[in-house]
Amino acid sequence: MNEMTETATEAAVNAAASNRSVKMRGDKVGVFYGEKQALFDVDLDIYEHEVTALIGPSGCGKSTFLRCLNRMNDTIDGCRVTGKLTLDSENIYDPKIDVVELRARVGMVFQKPNPFPKSIFENIAYGPRIHGLVKSKGDLDEVVAISLQKAGLFEEVKDRLNEPGTGLSGGQQQRLCIARAIAVSPEVILMDEPCSALDPIATAKVEELIDELRENYTIVIVTHSMQQAARVSQRTAMFHLGNLVEVDATDVIFTNPSDPKTQDYITGRYG
Amino acid sequence: MTPGVLILIVLAMTIVGFILGRRRAVAMANREKVKLHSLPGYYGQTVALFVAVPAYVLLAAWLFLQPIVIENHISDLIPASAIPEGGARSLVMADVRRIANGLDYVVGKGGVSEDELASMRADISNIRSRLADVGIALGSDVKPVVFQAAKTYRKIGKTGSLLRDIAVLAAALGFGLWALWRVNPRMRARNTSETFVKALLIASSSVAILTTLGILLSLLFESIHFFRIYPARDFFFSTVWNPQFRGGSDLGILPLLWGTFYVSFVALLLAVPIGLMIAIYLAEYSGSTLRSFAKPAIEILAGIPTIVYGLFALVTVGPFLRDWIAQPFGIGNSSSSVMTAGLVMGIMLIPFVSSLSDDIINAVPQAMRDGSYGLGATQSETIKRVILPAALPGIVGAVLLAASRAIGETMIVVMGAGAAARLNLNPFEAMTTVTVKIVSQLTGDTEFASPETLVAFALGLTLFVFTLGLNILALYIVRKYREQYE
Amino acid sequence: MTDIADQSVSTAAATTGRSLLQRGEHAKRRAASETRFRMLGLVAVMIGILAVVGLLASILSNGVSSFFQTYVTVDIYLNPAKLDKTGNRDPEALQKVTTFAYAPLISAAVEKLIETHGIEIEGLKPKDAAKIISKEAPASVRNYVLAHPSKIGETVKFDLLADGRVDGYYKGRVTMDSAKLDRNISPERLELADKLKHAGVLKTRFNWSFFTAPDASDTRPEAAGLGVAILGSAYMMIIVLVLSLPLGVAASIYLEEFAVQNFFTDIIEVNIANLAAVPSIVFGILGLAIFINFAGLPQSAPIVGGLVLTLMTLPTIIIATRAALKAVPPSIREAALGVGASKMQATFHHVLPLAMPGILTGTIIGLAQALGETAPLLLIGMVAFVREFPGAPPEGFFDPASALPVQVYNWTTRGDPAFVERASGAIIVLLVFLIIMNGLAIMLRRRFERRW
Repeated sequence: MNEMTETATEAAVNAAASNRSVKMRGDKVGVFYGEKQALFDVDLDIYEHEVTALIGPSGCGKSTFLRCLNRMNDTIDGCRVTGKLTLDSENIYDPKIDVVELRARVGMVFQKPNPFPKSIFENIAYGPRIHGLVKSKGDLDEVVAISLQKAGLFEEVKDRLNEPGTGLSGGQQQRLCIARAIAVSPEVILMDEPCSALDPIATAKVEELIDELRENYTIVIVTHSMQQAARVSQRTAMFHLGNLVEVDATDVIFTNPSDPKTQDYITGRYG
Repeated sequence: MTPGVLILIVLAMTIVGFILGRRRAVAMANREKVKLHSLPGYYGQTVALFVAVPAYVLLAAWLFLQPIVIENHISDLIPASAIPEGGARSLVMADVRRIANGLDYVVGKGGVSEDELASMRADISNIRSRLADVGIALGSDVKPVVFQAAKTYRKIGKTGSLLRDIAVLAAALGFGLWALWRVNPRMRARNTSETFVKALLIASSSVAILTTLGILLSLLFESIHFFRIYPARDFFFSTVWNPQFRGGSDLGILPLLWGTFYVSFVALLLAVPIGLMIAIYLAEYSGSTLRSFAKPAIEILAGIPTIVYGLFALVTVGPFLRDWIAQPFGIGNSSSSVMTAGLVMGIMLIPFVSSLSDDIINAVPQAMRDGSYGLGATQSETIKRVILPAALPGIVGAVLLAASRAIGETMIVVMGAGAAARLNLNPFEAMTTVTVKIVSQLTGDTEFASPETLVAFALGLTLFVFTLGLNILALYIVRKYREQYE
Repeated sequence: MTDIADQSVSTAAATTGRSLLQRGEHAKRRAASETRFRMLGLVAVMIGILAVVGLLASILSNGVSSFFQTYVTVDIYLNPAKLDKTGNRDPEALQKVTTFAYAPLISAAVEKLIETHGIEIEGLKPKDAAKIISKEAPASVRNYVLAHPSKIGETVKFDLLADGRVDGYYKGRVTMDSAKLDRNISPERLELADKLKHAGVLKTRFNWSFFTAPDASDTRPEAAGLGVAILGSAYMMIIVLVLSLPLGVAASIYLEEFAVQNFFTDIIEVNIANLAAVPSIVFGILGLAIFINFAGLPQSAPIVGGLVLTLMTLPTIIIATRAALKAVPPSIREAALGVGASKMQATFHHVLPLAMPGILTGTIIGLAQALGETAPLLLIGMVAFVREFPGAPPEGFFDPASALPVQVYNWTTRGDPAFVERASGAIIVLLVFLIIMNGLAIMLRRRFERRW
C-alpha cells in the first residue's frame, strides 16, 4: 500500500517534470547544528522556471533546506551539511567550488526586508559592482533601472533613487530587496517567507511579482501561508520535523495529498 | 582629638543609638500592649541615622571651612609692612603655616612646654635654628609679627578643633536623643527612615555634580588668577614656551599643543587601523579557539596601568628606536621622542579601539550580512561595503574617544616624549605635551602664586575643554548610532 | 517593457553556461583580495598579541632580578670603645652615636675577612675594600645595636647588603670594562667580590626587604624597597573602598530605581558619563586645588590620594552597579511589591542582593584601576621622598606616604641604572596585585553569574 503511493507520487512528479529540466537537486541532504540534526535525508528536485513552495509547521526544516541551497548556512557556527546538493549537476558543497559564484547564481530574499543603510540606487548597484557585471556608469544605471522595473518598483521610486532605501515602506523595501537580488542576474531566487512582514496589499504585489519572475528565474519560496503557496507555486514540498513528507504539483498537494500529515496541515489542524 | 578618632566615636554612638532605639520601641510596645507600626529594626535605624548623618555632615563642613576662616583671620593680622618687597601675602601665610606646624613638632619632640612657648619671642629665642632642629627649614629669620601670627594660628586652630569636637559630639548626641525620645509604637519608623535614606541616596548621586563643579571651579579660579598676571593673548598665540625661575617667562601653549596632537596623531595612526582590524578579524573571521585566546590576551593591555607603558617606553622602545632607527639614519639622538611616546600610546589604545569597534560591529544586524552574502558578496566585500559604512558613525565616535584618551594621557608622555617644547616635524625629536608641562609646573619648586605654577591650571583648563568637547561629540555620535538600530 | 524582458532572458541565458568550478579573472581577483584582507586581519591580531607579550617580557626581564640581592656575610666586632664610651649601655647615649662611628667597624671586619680567606688583589687599597659593602650597612648595624645593646663587645655575624655596583655585576649591569670608567666601583673591587663569592661569604639570594624596606637615597639603590609604597597604596585602597562603594551604590540605586526622568537626573547622567572620560591628571589638579590648597589637607598624604582616587573610581562603580541593577528582571521587584513591601524594601531586600556580585566585580575592577593610577598622585605630592612609614590608621591616613605606581615613576627619574631595575621589579609587584584583583573579579563573575 505504502509502496504503491510512493510510486504513484514519483510518477506524478516525473510527469509534471517531463517538460522542465531539473535546476537543483537534493540527494539525501542532512543538516546538523552541532550535535542536533535538523534535516534528515531530503531528496528534492527544483525545476527550472517554476515556483517551488516549501511548506510545513514551524521548525520543520524548510528554512534550513532553503538556506542550504545557496550555502547561507555557512555563516552559522557549527552547522554541517551532509548528502549532495547540485546546481546544474555540479555539487555545490564541493570544496573546490566558489561560494561567492554560487550565491551570485542562487540569490536570496529574506523574511524581513533588509535594505542596506544606503540609497536605493546603491542598494541595487551593490551586487553588479562586486561581481564586476558592469563596465561603465551607464551600464550600471541601466541595470539598476531594469532591475527596479522587473521588481515593479521603478515607477514608485524613479525620482528618489538617491534617498535611503530604509525610508521606503515595508512592501517597497521587500521589492527593493528582490530588485537587488535580480540585479545580479541570478538563475535561482530563494525567498524565505518574503511576505510575512508585509500587509495584505503589499503581499499581493509581491506575489504578483513572483508569478511574473517565474518566466525568467527558478524560484524557491518558503511560506507559512497555504493560500500563498496555492496562489504562486507550481510545485509544493511538505516538510515535517526535518523530514520531507511529500512533494508534488501544487494542485495535487492541495486537493489530494497522499500523506495524512499534509492533509492535517493544509486543513489547519496544526501548524 | 583627630578627625579619624572622632569618626570612630560617632560610629560607636550610631551603633548604640540603633540598639537603644530598637529596644525602646519593643519595650514601649510591650508595655502599652500595642502593635508596632514598623519592624523594630526600623526604629533603631531611624535613631542611628539621626545620630550619624548630622554629625558627619557637620564634621565634613567644619573640616572644610575651618582652615578658610582661620586663614582669613590670620591674614588680617599681618600688616602690609611685613610682606617683603615683590613678595606675596600668600608666601608669608605659607611661612606662618610652616612655623605653626614646626612649633607643634617643637612642643612634641623638642621638650618645650606650652607655657615656655607662650613666652617665647621671635627676636630673643632663635626660632629658626630650633625649627631646623626638628627638620623644618625656613628661608629667612622669623619676623616677630609672623611668629606672633603663627602662634595665634596654632591657638585658633586648637580652639577650632576643640569646638569642632564638641559641636560634632553634641550634634550626634542631641539629634540622637531627640530621635530616641520620639520613638513610640505608633511612629511610622519605616517611612521616616526610608525618607531619610532616599535623601541620602539623592545626596550620593549629586557627588558627581559636585565633582564636576569642583573641577570647573578649581580650574577656572586659578586660570583667572593666571590670566590676571599673564596676558591671555601671549598664552594662546605665542610659539615660545620658556619658563624662567625669576619671572619674565614665555608661556605660549602652541608648542605644547603641537606636541600633544603630534603624539596623539602617531598613536591613533597605529591604534585605529590595528584595533579596527583586530575587531573585524575576531568578529567576522577567526575560529572560536583563536578568539577565546586572543580576545582576553589583547584585553590585558587595557588593564595595564599607564605607568607600565611609560616604563616600557623609557626602558625598551625609546632606546630601541634611537639605536636602530634614529641614529643610523641621522634623524635624532634622543630616546624620548614623539615616535616613542606615540608608538607606546598606540599600543595602549589598541584594546580601547578594538573593544569599542567590536561592540559597534556586532551591533550591525545580522540581516545586513545575510543580505550581502545572499547576493554573493565575499566576506571582505561585505565588511568593507556594508558593515563598515553602516558602523561608520560608531567607529568615528570610538576614534574620537580614543583621541580624547590620547590627549589626556600623562605618564606615557612624561616618560616617553621628553620635556623640550618645540614646534618641529621630525617625529624622532623629543617634544613635549600639555600634560607633561602640567606635571612639571606643579611638581617643581616654584612658588604657587607665580605665573609659572599657575599656568598649569590654564593648561589643565585647555585640556579639560578639549577632552570634554571630544567626549560630548563622541557620546552624541555613538548614541545617535545606537538609536539607528534600536 | 518588452525590450527589457528580452534583454534579461539573454543575460540569463548567457550566465547558464558558467560552471561553479571554474573561476573567471574577476572571481580570481576577488578571491585574492579576500585573502589579502584576511591576512591583514590576522597580522593585526598578531601585532596585538605581540604587543602584550613584548610589554610583559620587557618588564619581566628587566625586573625579576630586583627580587634578588647580593649580600656579604661579615663578622663584626662591636667595639665598645667606639660605640659606648661611657660603658653603661645608656640608650640615650647610644642614640647619639651616629653611623659615622659604625663605618670603621665594618671596614675593619672586611679587612679581616680578606685576611682570613687569604685573598690578595693587586692595586686594591685596604680602605677601598670596604666599599663593596653598601653605604646602608652602618645604619643597619646601628639599628641592630640599638635594639640589642647587650651585644656590644661581642662579635656578631651580619648579612650586609653588597654595594649596588657589585650587585649589578652579578646581574650583568656592570662589567669589568664599565667598572674602569666608573667612579663608584673599580675592577679590583669586583675581583675581590668574585673571590669572596668563591669563598662563599658573598651570596645572591632572595630579597625580602625589597617588599618591606622603605625607599633609599640616590646613592643606595641596593637598599631601596617598596614598604612605604605598598602601605601607602593599601591605605589609599581602603579609603577608596570605604568611600566609593557606598557612595557609588547609593547613587546607582537612586538613579536606577527611584529617579524620575527630569532635569536634575539628566544632569547627573551627563556628569557621570563625562567624568568617566575626564583625563586623570585633571583629577590631580582638582585634588591639589580643593583638598590641599583650599581645605588644607596635608600633601603626600594617603587621605588626599584616596579622596582623589575615590572621585575617579566613582563613575566606574556607578556604571557597573547600574548595569548590575538593570540586569535584575523587573519581575523580582514586582513580586516584592506584590506582597506589600515598600519600594525601598524591594530594592534593599531583593534587587540589591541579586545585583551584589555584579557590583562587587565592578568595584574590584574600579579599585584595580585606582591602584595603577599615577598622574593625579604626582600632583598632590606623593612623589616626594618618604622614608618614614605612615602610622596606623586613622591618623596614618594623614601621614606622608608613597604609592606603588608613584614609586615606580620616582625611581625612573633617578640617575643610577640600578633604580630602573627596581622600578621594573616594583611594576611586577603592582601587576601581581592587579592580577589578583582581576582574578578575584573574574572568579566572582563566574561563580555568581546568573542568566535570567
